[in-house]
This record gives sequence, structure tokens and C-alpha cells, in this order.
Amino acid sequence: MMRARVAYAGAIHDASPADRDANPADERLRLADGRIVAAEEVVWLPPFDAGTVIALGLNYADHAKELALKHQEEPLVFLKGPGTLLGHRGVTRRPGVKFMHYECELAVIMGRPAKEVPRSRAFEHVAGYCIANDYAIRDYLENWYRPNLRVKNRDGCTVLGPWFIDAADVANPADLGLRTFVNGKLTQSGNTRDLIFDIPYLVEYLSSFMTLSPGDVILTGTPEGVINIAPGDVVACEIDGLGRLVNTIAADAEFGR
Amino acid sequence: MLAGTGSFSIPFDVPPYRLSGTVYGALLNHRSALAALADTVNQPPYNAPPHAPVLFIKPRNTLAPSGRIVRIPAGTAELEVGSSVGLVLGRTACKISEARAMDYVAGYLIVADVSVPQSSYHRPNIRLNARDGFCPLGAVTARASSASPESMTIRTYIDDGLVQTASTADLIRPAGRLLADVTDFMTLKPGDVLSLGAAGPAPRARSGQTITIAVDGLASLRIPFEGAA
Repeated sequence: MMRARVAYAGAIHDASPADRDANPADERLRLADGRIVAAEEVVWLPPFDAGTVIALGLNYADHAKELALKHQEEPLVFLKGPGTLLGHRGVTRRPGVKFMHYECELAVIMGRPAKEVPRSRAFEHVAGYCIANDYAIRDYLENWYRPNLRVKNRDGCTVLGPWFIDAADVANPADLGLRTFVNGKLTQSGNTRDLIFDIPYLVEYLSSFMTLSPGDVILTGTPEGVINIAPGDVVACEIDGLGRLVNTIAADAEFGR
Repeated sequence: MLAGTGSFSIPFDVPPYRLSGTVYGALLNHRSALAALADTVNQPPYNAPPHAPVLFIKPRNTLAPSGRIVRIPAGTAELEVGSSVGLVLGRTACKISEARAMDYVAGYLIVADVSVPQSSYHRPNIRLNARDGFCPLGAVTARASSASPESMTIRTYIDDGLVQTASTADLIRPAGRLLADVTDFMTLKPGDVLSLGAAGPAPRARSGQTITIAVDGLASLRIPFEGAA
């Protein structure tokens, strides 16, 4: 099942595709109250209530190589706050910097509390998946507590959606193609089969020292192919079966700066 | 209920002092903590002293009230405890000025940043600092009824012995400056906590010991330590 959360006509609604089974090209939404609305008539919010946001750095071998990082024995994990989250079709601010890049990632959403869960049982604790686009601004990188929050924890720089997809509807999360398009041009391409630390490993590892709760989300990292983007650019991240997550980059002026 | 009652603690769940569960903190913001690194700051992997605030996040699994036992992981002898005062936001704060920053603060609380000792500040390992219960929080005290965050004295005791005395007067970025710099790129919401920064070196506690952190005018924070369950 595909679920979205949208704002429409003065309230926040759960929504699902109106008639995608009959017509995959139909992008209309059916709100929980029965109304049928067009995708561009609503404000898309992150599709679930996110708890702790856990992100993986350099979890694809090619991207690690791209950033000239040596192989890690343990995952590089960092945390993000709720102010970073943004929904589909949102606008992300790009300050006057030299290098800001997107990162298309598979987001894994927890559905049951997880404490000391072995990898063999990891998927019992996963509720579903969505696409994440986790922006970074390289200009602000400092060698203190990397990736420092000014690079990776900025308002509106972690886009989630459009849909929350039930785990049962994703046959093999370890074989999903990821693609990013900037203004329609393919710039990033990868597959979750190339994750250095896979989903069962991450659930086992994280739950060995921290209790994961429903709504906690793991952003599993991004493959190679990150390029600088500019105000006005439209960045679209796709993952097989999860949809297409669109975001537009805006300059400081739009944010009163 | 609040008027005229002077200094007292407000339970966690009374708005506008209700905590959101989001806890950010500054590291190396107390002169003693940065000074402890000496010239290391100019050497690899750092190569330069920090420019922007050095910030951490304590996720919701780490949050715990005063008195909750902190478990020392197997194979670890002792845990570090950074003692700090935290600001509790009362209003949404985005790109606020230093001069007006305190208008956005509803109250204060004591924050303990517990971690398995780690010497590097380069890439923090959350296995060492985001374990369950590793961010004990004291009760919130309303801003109106407490001392200025510019001159709070933080006393840390192990059992009954005073082991550290630090003042918020020695912060590199005082509360207002830190809020201005942090909210320049991330908005803080009502109930969010921003910890101002602990002095260094951090006291360490062993199984069977209790750390108490006290600040005049704030509810004190008591943290008993025990070995793995």
C-alpha cells in the first residue's frame, strides 16, 4: 500500500493513489475523507511521523571512493533533527555557497520497537520504505564532529516521500535501482545491492546499542554521482517501486536573506 | 500557577515547557574543554580550531529523567559525563539575533552528555554516545525564576565529593551568541533543548557511583551508574 500525508483545504490528510491500479499514469490522490484531488493541488508532507533520523555516511563503495574515504570496519552513522525534514514537491534553500549536492537514498522506516535484534529477524521490525534526498553543503565541512550539523542538518535539507510504501509491497529491498535527475538529466545511478552495510546489518548494529522505535528512520546512504546544484534546479530522486521524489532549489532571497 | 512562586521546577509535560524530545548540544564551547585539546586542534585530522559551533544530537532513546540508572556497557570501565545547562525553547527560533535570543527561551534544565570515553572529535561514533539512557535531563525551571545563563555555576559531584566546578561565564559562545549561530541554519521549536557546553575534562563514573549535577536555582540531576544488566 502507498500512503501519503498531505495538507489540503485547511487540514492534514492521509492520502493514497486514487486509481493507480487501473491506470498507473493517474497521479490523482484519494484523501481519507473520500475527496479526489490532483497531486499539484495539495502540499505534500513527509509521509510518516519521523522519530529519530539516522543516516549512513559512505555506505556505497563507489561513493566512498568518490570522497576518497578508506573502507570502514563500522558504519559511519550520524543523526539528524526534525527541522531538516521536508515533503515531496518542496523547496530547499541554497545559501550562497560553492558546492551543494543532493543524495538519493533508500529510507527504512521502523514499525516495531527494536532492541538487540539479530539480523535474521531485522525485517520483522521494518514497517516500510520511502525515498530520501539528503542534501549536503560541502563548503561548511569542518573536521569537528563530521559530518557537522551545518553541512547536514539544515532546515529543509532532508526530503522524504512522496509515499510511505509498506514493507510487504517491496519484494527485495536489496535490489532496488536508485536514480537522480537534475532538470531531467540523469546524474546519479546506483542499486541497493551495492550497500556496504545492508538493512539487516544496520538494524542489528543500531539496535545493539540503541532502542529503535516505530517511526525511527534509517537513511541508508547514497551511491556515486553527486554534483553541485543551483537555485532553480529541479532535483528528482527515483527508487524502483517507491516513486519519484521532486524538490526545487531556491536562492537565499526567497527566504528573506 | 506560575506567578509569584519564585524558583521551582516545572514537570516536563506542562506547556510551554513541555520538551519536544529534540536535544541539541554544543561541544568544546567551554574554554576549559577547548583548552584541554591544546595544540591538537591545529594538527590532523582537525587542522584548524572549530569555526562554527560544534554540535551534537541526543536522540530520544537517550533521554532519561533524574534518578534513572545509566548502564555501563560490558567491557567498559567508566563513562564520561559532560555537565551542562540546557536552554528550553519557548518559541520557534529561526535566524534570531544575539540581542533578542533570550526572548525565545522558556526555561533551563541540567543536561548530562554521557558517553563511553572517546578521544577523537573527528567523526563521533554514536555507538559510544547515543546509547539508551545516555542523556539524563533535569526538570525544567522557568526562565523568569532563575539566574542569568551568563553566570550559572555548575557543580558536579561523584557520590558526595565535588569533582568539577564550571561557570557559564567561561563559555566561548554565551547562550545568546550560540542561539544566534545555531538558528542561522537550523530552526529550533518550542520544547527543543540546546545544551550550552560542558567544561573539560569530563568527570568519569564507575559502576556503583552516583553523579549529581547542581546549579543554583535549577533542579539538580542525579545519575546512578551500574554495570551491564
